[in-house]
Amino acid sequence: MSKKKVNMHLMKRLFQYMFQHFKWELFVIGIAILISSFCHVSGQLFLQKLIDDYITPLIGVENPSYDGIARAISFMILIYATGVFCTFLYSRIVVTVSQGVLQLIRNDMFTHMEELPISYFDSHSHGDIMSYYINDTDTLREMISMSIPNCLSNLAIILSVFLSMLTLNIYLTLVIIGSAIIMVVVARYIGSKSSKYFRAKQKSVATVNGYIEEMIDGQKVIKVFTHEEAAKTDFDRLNEELFENTKNAHIYANMIMPIMGNIGYLVYVIIAICGSLIAIKTNLLTVGAIASFLLLTRSFTMNVNQLSQQYNSIALASAGADRIFRFIDEQKELDGGTVHLVHVDKSVDGALTESRTYTGTWAWKKEDGTLVELKGDIQLRDVDFSYVPNKKVLEDISLYAKPGEKIAFVGATGAGKTTIANLINRFYDIEDGTILYDGIDIKTICKKDLRKSLGMVLQDVQLFTGTIMENLRYGRSNATDEECIEAAKLANAHSFIEKLPNGYDTVITDNGSNLSQGQRQLLSIARCAVSNPPVMILDEATSSIDTRTEKDVQDGMDKLMEGRTVFVIAHRLSTIQNAKAIMVLEKGHIIERGNHEQLLAQKGKYYQLATGIFELE
Amino acid sequence: MIMFQKILKSVREYKKMSFLTPLTVGVEVILEVFIPFLMTIMIDQGIHTSNLQVIFLVGGILVVFALLSLLSGWLSSRYAAIASSGFAKNLRHDLYYKIQDYSFANIEKFSSSSLVTRLTTDVDNIQMAYQMVIRIAVRAPMMLLFSLFMVWTINIHLFFIFLLIVPILGYLLFWISNHAHPLFESVFRTYDRLNNKVQENVRGIRVVKSYVQEETEIEKFETVSTKIHDDFETAERLVVLNNPLMRLCVYSSIICISWFGAHYVLEGTLTTGQLTAVVTYAAQILNSLMMLSRVYVMCMIAIPSVERVVEVLEEVPDIQSETNGISQVEDGSITFHDVSFSYTKQPDKLVLKDVDLAIAPGEVIGVIGGIGSSKSTLVNLIPRLYDVTSGYIEVGGIDVRKYDLATLRDAVAVVLQKNVLFSGTIAENLRWGNAKATKEDLDRVCKIACCEEFISQFPNGYDTYIDQGGTNVSGGQKQRLCIARALLKNPKILILDDSTSAVDTKTDAMIQSAFQKELPDVTKIIIAQRISSVEDCDRVIVLDGGRVDAFDTPANLLQQNKIYQEVYYSQRKEEKHE
Repeated sequence: MSKKKVNMHLMKRLFQYMFQHFKWELFVIGIAILISSFCHVSGQLFLQKLIDDYITPLIGVENPSYDGIARAISFMILIYATGVFCTFLYSRIVVTVSQGVLQLIRNDMFTHMEELPISYFDSHSHGDIMSYYINDTDTLREMISMSIPNCLSNLAIILSVFLSMLTLNIYLTLVIIGSAIIMVVVARYIGSKSSKYFRAKQKSVATVNGYIEEMIDGQKVIKVFTHEEAAKTDFDRLNEELFENTKNAHIYANMIMPIMGNIGYLVYVIIAICGSLIAIKTNLLTVGAIASFLLLTRSFTMNVNQLSQQYNSIALASAGADRIFRFIDEQKELDGGTVHLVHVDKSVDGALTESRTYTGTWAWKKEDGTLVELKGDIQLRDVDFSYVPNKKVLEDISLYAKPGEKIAFVGATGAGKTTIANLINRFYDIEDGTILYDGIDIKTICKKDLRKSLGMVLQDVQLFTGTIMENLRYGRSNATDEECIEAAKLANAHSFIEKLPNGYDTVITDNGSNLSQGQRQLLSIARCAVSNPPVMILDEATSSIDTRTEKDVQDGMDKLMEGRTVFVIAHRLSTIQNAKAIMVLEKGHIIERGNHEQLLAQKGKYYQLATGIFELE
Repeated sequence: MIMFQKILKSVREYKKMSFLTPLTVGVEVILEVFIPFLMTIMIDQGIHTSNLQVIFLVGGILVVFALLSLLSGWLSSRYAAIASSGFAKNLRHDLYYKIQDYSFANIEKFSSSSLVTRLTTDVDNIQMAYQMVIRIAVRAPMMLLFSLFMVWTINIHLFFIFLLIVPILGYLLFWISNHAHPLFESVFRTYDRLNNKVQENVRGIRVVKSYVQEETEIEKFETVSTKIHDDFETAERLVVLNNPLMRLCVYSSIICISWFGAHYVLEGTLTTGQLTAVVTYAAQILNSLMMLSRVYVMCMIAIPSVERVVEVLEEVPDIQSETNGISQVEDGSITFHDVSFSYTKQPDKLVLKDVDLAIAPGEVIGVIGGIGSSKSTLVNLIPRLYDVTSGYIEVGGIDVRKYDLATLRDAVAVVLQKNVLFSGTIAENLRWGNAKATKEDLDRVCKIACCEEFISQFPNGYDTYIDQGGTNVSGGQKQRLCIARALLKNPKILILDDSTSAVDTKTDAMIQSAFQKELPDVTKIIIAQRISSVEDCDRVIVLDGGRVDAFDTPANLLQQNKIYQEVYYSQRKEEKHE
């Protein structure tokens, strides 16, 4: 049997979701489906009734009157019209509901995603997260817009057919129940086979697509290493596997229709024979009743057939819903912060009063209402941190940065430089020790306010789809064009932006793939300058900037750093020589600290790094 | 049409199955069309007259027909599945093999992501359409025609009802499909925007959070989400009209058949059983129209896919290996003779202009220059990743185009700027350079590239698994592994295209000195941003706007070349400080 079961608990939750927002629509849909199913069944019985009650009695009559027939047909037109109308009605409303629910779920997922902690994104593949939005919502859409209404309509038809059958003959009905059970078993058997192979197919598809993606992304490397033949052999093997699974999945999926349809015919024959036997032997059945029963039989088998096919698509959607709800249930980033960032007016004597509008001066507002001016004084005291328990990435880190000071971190890859930056803005929470911001424990500061006060230029530049101007304005939506251009000039991004076909209105797509790495980095620096934070963290921001322009950039950066507390994480020692203090990190420990001159004089690790090649040989 | 012929070439060994499918479908349809006819006989001559003999006889035939139809249905399902998935397999194979023959320029023309889509989604669409065409596109029209034929034989007057309804329903169904299709296309385009938004946020979550832009991002997302909702709703509302429309047509035909049928029955030209049969055929006829409209939609989806796939198949690889090319590279000397190059092959868009260089075997050459000075382009011409637009390049004294391509590329190892590791163990990745490399070989190159230290720290050493895209090693480690991989080729020329940018200065220095000691005969070309990486070179090429500004020893350049001086002093501030 299929391993994929419909999870009832989930279905309940999904229905609650739907009920919450679309109570009336669901109600109307239910009624309309019932009515239209009823019309459908009576429509199917109509012909036999017409023949038995209106046509047959007139056979052989001279000049028959068609009045009765006309009346019956007129009545039927009414029923049919109702059926058509109800079908129209529910089909349209189902669209409203399915699209509405889908939009709600999408928005819920995204809103929730924005609140998830950074560690969630570290530990989950981006492809998986994307597939919640693409594949899983799609199976849900199919279920809500197709499977559920179809199931309802099939069930309603089966039920009314069944009741009509009961009024005609109980024994034949028993035969029908027996055949229905056989049909369901056969359908489930084929269905489970098919879904087993579909799962295998899905897996191969993922493997093959992954392989193709990897190889085509690395196509240039393949060329450079003339690795084409090996890449072909591997591909052929995976491709063959995909073929086997696709073939089997489709064989079973294709087979369901002909098998079930023909079983329907067999049931028809059995009913015809049994019915005739009963009619002849017992007189309990009229000929017309047998004919009606046969009509109902076809309708019955067709609907049982369709109903059993829905099962797989509902099971599929249930798995999708499971993933979506699990995603929505993921623990959000916790924020117990009570200290907020506010605008303040500062009087001559230094007294602070809260202001509603931008003043250029900021303060931390504690829970009791006291205001502490935002200066950018950062202290780390005995900070320990580990991503996974017991594997300390940072140990006993203590340092302080007075307002306006520039603190630099140097050290090999993996020494923990980037991690420190991630702790100050609370992307991760420290394990032990304290971090103070203007004397306030950052654990008590509302995360959003904390982050507003910190500017980050990250190693991995991320730009967003939109114009350059929009990207510059990313951190401060009310910045004027002039301010943005000013910032771009500061970061020396202005000149290349001017040269772009549409200048500041050039649209960036696909994370700025139309720009060079260095240009993207310049934009990221300018973006940070626009947001004008008191404290800045520059994570290897200059590593890809072209050497010739680096000097200019450096000047710009120096201007940007003026009056701010800055943490710089860089490989190039030239960028940090004027730092107030340089921390040399190794394996999570600060092994040397001091300014450039002091560290050079120590002739330790820093000295080796600074003098590079010469000393090491 | 030529387009279809082109992809149908990939059917190959599945031709037989592709022909058997419509054949078995045909048998199935004929049997299915006869079944209502037999049922009529059973009702008229068996049940109405309580003739058990007829019931058993016709019932027996019906059972045989049903079983035969089941058998042919089973066979056609099988054939259709094998034919269509086999076709898809061959198509993927052909595309993939074709792409392996692509040059850099070919790949760039399409972009990797678009090639991936063509190999995956597009092939899937074609497969679905193919299966539908060989199965449903045979079944539906046959069903339609046979059923109409049966109605015609039963009663020609009732046949005219269908002559009226079929074109009307057909027209409406196709009208809906034609109008819904562009709407759906626009929905899918909006879907791309939505996915893009999600992807940006997943990738850039740190930026979003550090700029506290969650609210704005949610707002932007909801705008796109609402647009999808509205467009999708419009499109689906149109499509779901199919449902009531079908019912309307089926019901109208039943009404017409009943009214006129009643007359014919009473006039004695039609039996009641036949009347029932005509109604059954009505359902079959209208259903087959519905199926046809579905095939039509599938084909509309598949045609652009076919176009995209054919584009890939028709692309001519612009660099091909010389047949019977020279299979031995003499030494690592390189000469550029009046080389100009343009990516678009247009003489007015040259990115390299009149480059003349002569490099001796074993020389260490540095390349510096600003953004857009075509440093990468220059070196990519040496292993023929691109072909020159004019002039020529010699390696080992022979024009690069005269070599067997594999020979040339084995002799010229390039460590690309945008480098990639593949999923697999470290050893597997390294052995890309030389499939037969021994453990000692690996040790040797890893020592030179300064990988041995971190590899030995991994619990599984060389067997450590690298994730797709090399995400589980740091940028610097990745670059060092890429260097080691290239060294395994035992190249005559080694080109490092800004390949140590993420490696720290100390390690960078160690790698450079290891090169000098371990690989004295290999010509080394080093593109670098750091002056420290090039100032120990024998000579340095200074590129400016696609021209060679200077080519001299670092000492001379420091005295004479403005660009070099500028870079030098901006990076050597610390020494001035001392």
